[in-house]
Amino acid sequence: MEDFKVINDYLMIRLPEEIDHHGSAAISSKADRYILSGRVENVVFDFERTTFMDSSGIGIILGRYRKVACFGGKVYAVNADSRIRRILLMSGLERIVEIMDTKKKCGEVEQ
Amino acid sequence: MIGIVEKRELGEVTNEVRLEIAAVSDNESFARMAVAAFITPLNPTLEELSDVKTAVSEAVTNAVIHGYENRGDRSDKILLTCILRGDVLEVEISDRGVGMEDVDAAMTPLYTTRPDMDRSGMGFAFMEAFMDDLEVRSEPGCGTSVKMCKKIGVNPWIGSED
Ligand SMILES: Nc1ncnc2c1ncn2[C@@H]1O[C@H](COP(=O)(O)OP(=O)(O)O)[C@@H](O)[C@H]1O
Ligand SMILES: [Mg+2]
Repeated sequence: MEDFKVINDYLMIRLPEEIDHHGSAAISSKADRYILSGRVENVVFDFERTTFMDSSGIGIILGRYRKVACFGGKVYAVNADSRIRRILLMSGLERIVEIMDTKKKCGEVEQ
Repeated sequence: MIGIVEKRELGEVTNEVRLEIAAVSDNESFARMAVAAFITPLNPTLEELSDVKTAVSEAVTNAVIHGYENRGDRSDKILLTCILRGDVLEVEISDRGVGMEDVDAAMTPLYTTRPDMDRSGMGFAFMEAFMDDLEVRSEPGCGTSVKMCKKIGVNPWIGSED
């Protein structure tokens, strides 16, 4: 299961082991509740546990990006392994999402 | 239809599995794990396993959400056929759903008819990138069939250390 945490105005989403269409609606709608509540401005997707992702993951990220970007918020992807990183890059997400190289703990993302 | 770049001599069929799967989203992970299990005897690399799982996940998800319009009705079926010809995997995913008018348009990266569902339009692009061959047939009102091939074990240096 994914879990959510708010640190300052960052929403940290620890993604599940497998990201596909089956679980994606739950992640997106839960994230949107935080975003629309106005409590968070930026979103951090943490792939630490994630070993599988298909294009549903791209949809989750793009959809949240569109929501926070209107308010000047940013989206980050952290701890993605090489296969997930390849999927992010193939989709051109590096243009709108900051893909962090180093292993960072949630909460250490600088502005 | 794309991807038939070279006419490869088709090897003899060495294994074959056919599964009929209810078109519900719970079965997306089952389908990709089944195909992963099917190719395990070929000692695929983690990379190859991941490629095949992603491609299968894309095709099955498309059948569920586009072909059968995300109804989640267990009487809608997806047919998953896996064939091995030596070290070449052939996997076909077909549905009897709504089909597509224009397959070429649908296969364009970022093209999606369901942006409302947070779809990214990258499904076919991933299938194409992660498999060696991709062939899509579709008939409006009849359904869609996606056939993909991939040679497994194309990294001969792995495991040849000793
Ligand atoms: N099995 C299918 N049946 C009907 N339409 C399909 C099917 N697969 C794909 N499509 C169409 O092709 C489009 C592109 O598919 P894809 O590249 O996987 O992107 P996405 O699934 O994110 O929309 C879909 O939006 C849909 O209109
Ligand atoms: Mg798709």
